[in-house]
Amino acid sequence: MKKDLVIIGGGPAGMSAAVAARQSGISDILILERDEHLGGILQQCIHNGFGLHRFGEELTGPEYAWRYEKMVREFGIEAMLNTMVLEITNEKRIIATNAQYGIFEIEAKAIILAMGCRERAKGSLNIAGTRPAGIYSAGTAQKYVNQKGYLPGREVVILGSGDIGLIMARRMTLEGAKVKAVCELMPYSGGLARNIQQCLKDFDIPLLLSHTVVEIHGKDRVEGVTIAQVDERRKPIDATRQYIPCDTLLLSVGLIPENELSKGAGICMDGVTKGATVDQDRETSVDGIFACGNVLHVHDLVDFVSQEAETAGKSAAAYLTGSGQKTEDISIRTDGKIRYTVPQNITRSADVEVYFRVSDVFRNVNVCVYQGNEKIYTKKKGKVAPGEMERIALKKELFAGAKELVFTLEDAK
Amino acid sequence: MYDVVIIGAGVVGGLIARALSACELKVCIVEKENDVAMGTTKANSAIVHAGFDAPAGSLKAKLNVRGSELMPQIARELGVKYQRNGSLVLGFCKEDRAAIEALYERGCQNGVKDLRILNQEEVRALEPALSKEVLFALHAPTGAIICPYELTIAAIGNAMDNGVALLRNFEVTAIRESGDGYEVCSQEQVLQTRNIINAAGVYADRIAAMIGDTSFQIHPRRGEYLLLDRKKEPLVHHTIFRTPTKMGKGILVTPTVDGNLLAGPTSVDQGDKETAATTADGFAQIQKQAREYVPSIPFGETITSFCGLRAVGSTGDFMINVPKHGFFNVAGIESPGLSASPAIAEYVVGLLEKQEGGLQRKQNYQPYREPDHAFREASIEEKNARIRKDPSYGKIVCRCERITEGEILHAIHTNPGAQDLDGVKRRTRAQMGRCQGGFCGPQIVELLARELQIPYEQVTKSGKASYVNVGKTKEVEA
Repeated sequence: MKKDLVIIGGGPAGMSAAVAARQSGISDILILERDEHLGGILQQCIHNGFGLHRFGEELTGPEYAWRYEKMVREFGIEAMLNTMVLEITNEKRIIATNAQYGIFEIEAKAIILAMGCRERAKGSLNIAGTRPAGIYSAGTAQKYVNQKGYLPGREVVILGSGDIGLIMARRMTLEGAKVKAVCELMPYSGGLARNIQQCLKDFDIPLLLSHTVVEIHGKDRVEGVTIAQVDERRKPIDATRQYIPCDTLLLSVGLIPENELSKGAGICMDGVTKGATVDQDRETSVDGIFACGNVLHVHDLVDFVSQEAETAGKSAAAYLTGSGQKTEDISIRTDGKIRYTVPQNITRSADVEVYFRVSDVFRNVNVCVYQGNEKIYTKKKGKVAPGEMERIALKKELFAGAKELVFTLEDAK
Repeated sequence: MYDVVIIGAGVVGGLIARALSACELKVCIVEKENDVAMGTTKANSAIVHAGFDAPAGSLKAKLNVRGSELMPQIARELGVKYQRNGSLVLGFCKEDRAAIEALYERGCQNGVKDLRILNQEEVRALEPALSKEVLFALHAPTGAIICPYELTIAAIGNAMDNGVALLRNFEVTAIRESGDGYEVCSQEQVLQTRNIINAAGVYADRIAAMIGDTSFQIHPRRGEYLLLDRKKEPLVHHTIFRTPTKMGKGILVTPTVDGNLLAGPTSVDQGDKETAATTADGFAQIQKQAREYVPSIPFGETITSFCGLRAVGSTGDFMINVPKHGFFNVAGIESPGLSASPAIAEYVVGLLEKQEGGLQRKQNYQPYREPDHAFREASIEEKNARIRKDPSYGKIVCRCERITEGEILHAIHTNPGAQDLDGVKRRTRAQMGRCQGGFCGPQIVELLARELQIPYEQVTKSGKASYVNVGKTKEVEA
């Protein structure tokens, strides 16, 4: 099988990229989706709050997904469902499997990676105790409740205050479960401020900052957990140990871009984002392979996923039609307070938007960009936090002729 | 009336069942859990020891060396992964030298083949990732690795294919003597049998006491482990021990047959036979010791931790005896129990044969079993042929380990069929990868419910009351 453009993943990123590429004149497009429907994880996100930036209205996850699926259908873009990609090579050969074709190969001229992310699992946390039923990642619990129609537990403790954990605190409460506490290891939440208000505070669910679960109890099913406060080095303080009876422990302790395929294709990875390093077009280190959405870096809002995927879709179209010369080679470095940027390099003399996240909560700071010793850009921020992605727009005149830009966060006196 | 009831579906009970299934005998295994390999067998170091540890002349020494010899063929017949990766016992100081030489001598007496003491350069050449502090090491090329639950599932599956019955969730509550045999009772059921084989692991003393044999006790000893993510090339290839001290063999680091790295066990005696719980202290101890021999071991890539209970007997040796006619204790099977298990089976069948004055072999005994991982390891052509016949093999359910719906259905329907989430995991590796079942769990629950014809909310993680869901939404009373 031969295709001009193959998009791996039919979630919000993949669909938006496909539509953008189609609008840019590419007709031979194939979306490969491992699930039985398009839409990805949005299908289980039945709460609202999606689409404010994109469509100017509040949609649920399935509604947001449907807006894009409709466009995919109207454009007649081919999507192969229940199809899992097993391997991608740096020559853009794709090996996939499904029930219809078995294990088969596709030769693509360009590829867009849009595989999304997964939740960090319990194993990596090394929580002491037993291994009973009743321990789920928040997303798994969301799938049981919202898609399967089953309730995974009645009395819940949540570890981690990522957005899915917050959303599930509310969801489980609405389904009649009692959420006894949300424990967050860090002294601040990694979730969006609006979710802390709407999912916890509005339901009187306590958010215990600088707390963690130190032990799981129970033989067949979880019977309780021991929590404890942690010190500045995040070590549990024994004197603060406290037993909470519960039948369920939900984990919302971080999302990890799913890049096993990207690594197999020899694409350069960013150790901080755990996604590929890309330029402003979202092109990776391998010619003609692009990446967008949560597989590139974990976003807070699907609206920005769609926007980024549009960039990738248009860029892939430009790549296929041979337009758009890459003339620059500027790398972006960050200080410790800014953890990462996307893109990580700039290859074109054009205005660029740079997304980034910070490593801690900072107040009254300037986001500064340096070229050598010269400060070429400053933007004041009242407050920045790891849970909220930031972005700045740089005019092309600002970085003309640069080899390297350095992003820093400085006190605004 | 059964000829033999085996109590306990661990690796020992399983291999005895398989050995007996070659004979004209009516055999039943009873197991208190919802699956086989749920006790000590489930959580141990997964090592086939070469046999230099146990004191010369002990049953442990004899059966370890014999078991290690028998294991490759059993693994081949059962389609179980087995890898003779060799083991190294590391020495760091002068005092270790004497201990390693003693192990070498003991190994030679026990009949372990090809033992050698390597110097620093030889050790470094074999395993570059080891600490530079290592001065010498005892090398045992016959040391091997195997997956203990895979072996047990295959052995019991093969025994069942040859006519052995398996009763799960059968917890023996009493044994009564009756006529020329015994009645084995659970809360719900009574089995009549001429012979009983007590392979009940940490509960073997309680079972023996049911017929009045109180000659031994079993003390559970907790062992915690950390399991690290798979790599294309493992960091170490051999099973790495340090020179044993009075405190025992200490923490080992070993590759597994599936390419993971395993570090552990701790060693803590406990009174409780029920609870196998990991501890923060245990994790710290494993990490500290393992780093002493493999400084670069990437504990950041830990995918899971677990804890097992070893069945430590009160005599220091395996306790395989016949306290009453027709009642066989196979107790105190601690390390090197897995290594010795094929020889233990041979030995126990010998005892039964002696009592019965000979056993008749089956004409149609089939020693071979298709490996559970056959599809996973097939070529693309073979896989496509399978998918054409059965399209469910083209549908990936577990994306991390790339396990298909076909493989999961096979695990549910092949002796001894998986009946819960963990059972599917042990047979297929589905849920064993990076996401630990986060994505595929709900789908596997659906397959179990459909295939076992039970309601979705009745599906368990690991039998009994380990329900995955507490009910349907809107119908659950808070």
